[in-house]
Amino acid sequence: MPKDNGIGASPKRREDVRFLTGRGRYVDDIKLQNQCFAVFARSQVAHGIIKSIDTSEAEGMPGVLAVFTGEDFTEVGGNPAGWLIHSRDGEPMKEPKRPVLAHGKVRHVGDAYAAVIAETYEQAVEAAEAIDADIDEQDAIVDMAAALANSDNLVHDEIETNQCFDWGWIEDNRAATDEAIKNAPHVTTLELINNRLIPNAMEPRASTADYNPGTGHYTLYTTSQNPHLTRLLISAFVMGIPENKLTIIAPDVGGGFGSKIFHYGEEALVLAASKKLGRPVRWTASRWESFLTDAHGRDHRTTIELATDKEGNFLAFRTSTLANVGAYLSNFSTVTPTILHGTVIAGNYTVPLTYVNVKAVFTNTAPVDAYRGAGRPEATFSVERVIDKCARELGIDPIEIRRKNFIKKEQFPFLTAAGLEYDSGDYHALMDKLEEMADFDGFEARKAESAKRGLLRGLGINTYVEACGLAPSNLAGILGSRVGLYESATVRVNATGNISVMTGSHSHGQGHETVFPQIVADMLGMSADDIDIVHGDTSKIPFGMGTYGSRSMAVGGSAIVRATEKIIEKATKIAAHMMEAGDGDIEFNDGVFSVVGTDKTVTFPEVAFKAYIPHDYPIDKLEPGLEETAFYDPGNFTYPSGAYACEVEIDPDTGKVTICSFSAADDVGNVINPMIVEGQIQGGLGQGIGQALVENCVYDENGQLLSGSYMDYTMPRADDMPFFNVDQSCLTPCTHNPLGAKGCGEAGAIGSPPTVINAVVDALSHLGVTHVDMPASPARVWAAIQAAK
Amino acid sequence: MSSVSMTVNGKSVTGEVEDRTLLSTFLREDLHLTGTHIGCDTSQCGACTVHVNGKAVKGCTMLALEAEGADVRTIEGMANDDGSLGVIQAAFQEHHGLQCGFCTPGMVMAADELLKNNSNPSETEIRKYLSGNICRCTGYHNIIKSIQAAAAQLG
Ligand code: FES
Ligand code: FES
Repeated sequence: MPKDNGIGASPKRREDVRFLTGRGRYVDDIKLQNQCFAVFARSQVAHGIIKSIDTSEAEGMPGVLAVFTGEDFTEVGGNPAGWLIHSRDGEPMKEPKRPVLAHGKVRHVGDAYAAVIAETYEQAVEAAEAIDADIDEQDAIVDMAAALANSDNLVHDEIETNQCFDWGWIEDNRAATDEAIKNAPHVTTLELINNRLIPNAMEPRASTADYNPGTGHYTLYTTSQNPHLTRLLISAFVMGIPENKLTIIAPDVGGGFGSKIFHYGEEALVLAASKKLGRPVRWTASRWESFLTDAHGRDHRTTIELATDKEGNFLAFRTSTLANVGAYLSNFSTVTPTILHGTVIAGNYTVPLTYVNVKAVFTNTAPVDAYRGAGRPEATFSVERVIDKCARELGIDPIEIRRKNFIKKEQFPFLTAAGLEYDSGDYHALMDKLEEMADFDGFEARKAESAKRGLLRGLGINTYVEACGLAPSNLAGILGSRVGLYESATVRVNATGNISVMTGSHSHGQGHETVFPQIVADMLGMSADDIDIVHGDTSKIPFGMGTYGSRSMAVGGSAIVRATEKIIEKATKIAAHMMEAGDGDIEFNDGVFSVVGTDKTVTFPEVAFKAYIPHDYPIDKLEPGLEETAFYDPGNFTYPSGAYACEVEIDPDTGKVTICSFSAADDVGNVINPMIVEGQIQGGLGQGIGQALVENCVYDENGQLLSGSYMDYTMPRADDMPFFNVDQSCLTPCTHNPLGAKGCGEAGAIGSPPTVINAVVDALSHLGVTHVDMPASPARVWAAIQAAK
Repeated sequence: MSSVSMTVNGKSVTGEVEDRTLLSTFLREDLHLTGTHIGCDTSQCGACTVHVNGKAVKGCTMLALEAEGADVRTIEGMANDDGSLGVIQAAFQEHHGLQCGFCTPGMVMAADELLKNNSNPSETEIRKYLSGNICRCTGYHNIIKSIQAAAAQLG
């Protein structure tokens, strides 16, 4: 039995009290003395040459303190891509500069070309409207295929192409994969679209900068999932502010889902403005700005082929994808459609050959980057949809065809055709569990019952495996990362025995303040109530790579374990001195040090006290104090996996899809807090079902965003969702981190879209429907039914 | 600028506002009650939900001046007198009905109104009632569970 608040327990979340009483402190809640407001002037056209920007009227308006344009930032650097990807021919990707404010050209609707700072928000809005920009509109580049075909009209003239890279994975397997597909007894081909999404964290982005002219120190409060990474980008690449003169604070953050990993130009602008004015400068996005300028997600066009023998044994997967990167390279935009996508294309299967080709394309749309799952949902959707189609073509049960090709439990560690070594998993056990949860045997009866009500019922099955817990830094480096991907933690035992843990992970909904203390409490035999977590402030934490890619527990939690181990090691020596014993004779159990074979004991708080009041202390061998830091760099990715099932009902008259049930068996490795893991899975399912059924980002041919508000972009609401039947009992621990944890944040969003679409197609397959693109909206499903008639 | 007076969480308050100032802006910027959140600009997310004269209202759909003389309650006024969490708040904590917390004040204010008018709502009724409140984190599962639990407890 877990302790009330140790590993395996589900204590109530301590962060909830402040959120439930209105005492959260999000960036826009912070009001600094003498603050002024920034508002941006944003392009209304998708593509245009900036002829001139006349700011004179705006400058003379009431309350206006300063106006900035792209001219003010020509001396500073650009916002870089974090990963360097090479094309198949060995050429590095094209990296056009991404300036703080548009300069020379505007490249998407919403691209900021000027900013006004004024005493009040309203004054800044009015002055921004008075900026007179003469912009010569150009034809917008929106469609990816057209962008590649047309070299006369370029998003970035200086790179002479709209193609960022043409990437192959694994290039050495290309010929063999082609050959296998050519000679295969059966090949299933599917063309599909992974629909473009807008992340829509409920808290819009916000940044407030506070420069102190007396010290030359900047403080930036910003909505970030990784404040140290943002500091690194601003210091090393964009503005050159020394890291020791820049503090970044990401306080309570209202959801991220990837969109708040990245550094955005607004952060640089408010820093520059605060320096110029010597006053705090505050900016908060309106929701329309979030729609236009937060990095979007997905947006792949893919052709996937699956070669099999007649019995349905997989011989090869081959994919060809166009991936939209939008108008500029956002920080993770180049790794998302490549490494995070191509390396998991073998899925849960022993398939001997895979080959992935991705062409990344610049368009006059908002930048596209990592969004919950990042690359892995795209891979899973392609693989699992084509498997379902193949099973139907071969007349094999969709569960059976998957089981037949699963990597078996005893085959782990398993090196896949796509080049990753999965450390552990048991996909058959997950499928067994799913069969039990989802009552497949009762499906036909339920289908008949639905039919009586005039409804078409479908059952969708899906499995997934993902690579997360990024990453071994050396491997990431080989693959093109420009940063390391470890995590840091400092465990500070205070003199009175309570503890502060500084972590480089950042919580924006994940419950770190509750779950990390559970680990330390277990290790030190204390109550978690005496342990606090400090996160989101670069001045308090050694360093950090932040929270994304389901890495907080696997990497951040492991760093906390390592730092706590160092604490125990030092405390053991202090205890040995206190009890006049050798270090090797000391045992530590449940918060008490004892000398083996005697009844001598000292408690952990007594040792802590001694460390800070070292009157009788081995000062020749040990420093006073009890504080340790660890940087943990994982040995491999982690590989969570799962098996999902979904039943839908479709009204053939309207095309409306209703989810009747959803079951998810996930292997997330060891679970520290079951309540929080379940919540993460449920949230991921909600987002994945949103992608599958309702969400869609649409630009028209002029590059105007048609889905630019909650009236046009459908968010999943409470009445779109079922209750979820989730299970995490089929666990295989991660073999290479001290917690055995794999990660759970993205799983639901990766596994659910193909599950839902497989169910929709199952319901319609008797009509001859073989695929429905996401979102499976009533209009689209109705049209598919009509077309099949 | 005009003067406006109202009662907020049981206290009389007065402020100077522009005619165009929204109630949600007045609460956040003038009264520093930042628990009322702003999640959109089209009155569709519900993060700004407060009670005005006992009714749940999206604070961004109302001008501060329209609340002249009104009795306003915000998330900061929802705890018990001794500071402990009220029944609905406690149910959200117990059932993990929140993650990032941004939609949460609006959810609690909406749930409070629902349960006042319908002490035993069905799952469907709860889901329909919340269709004006968006949560991006939870998939709604635990929000519905929290409200069901609060309903059971309130009887
Ligand atoms: S801020 Fe009021 S409904 Fe969104
Ligand atoms: S808890 Fe984050 S939006 Fe609901």
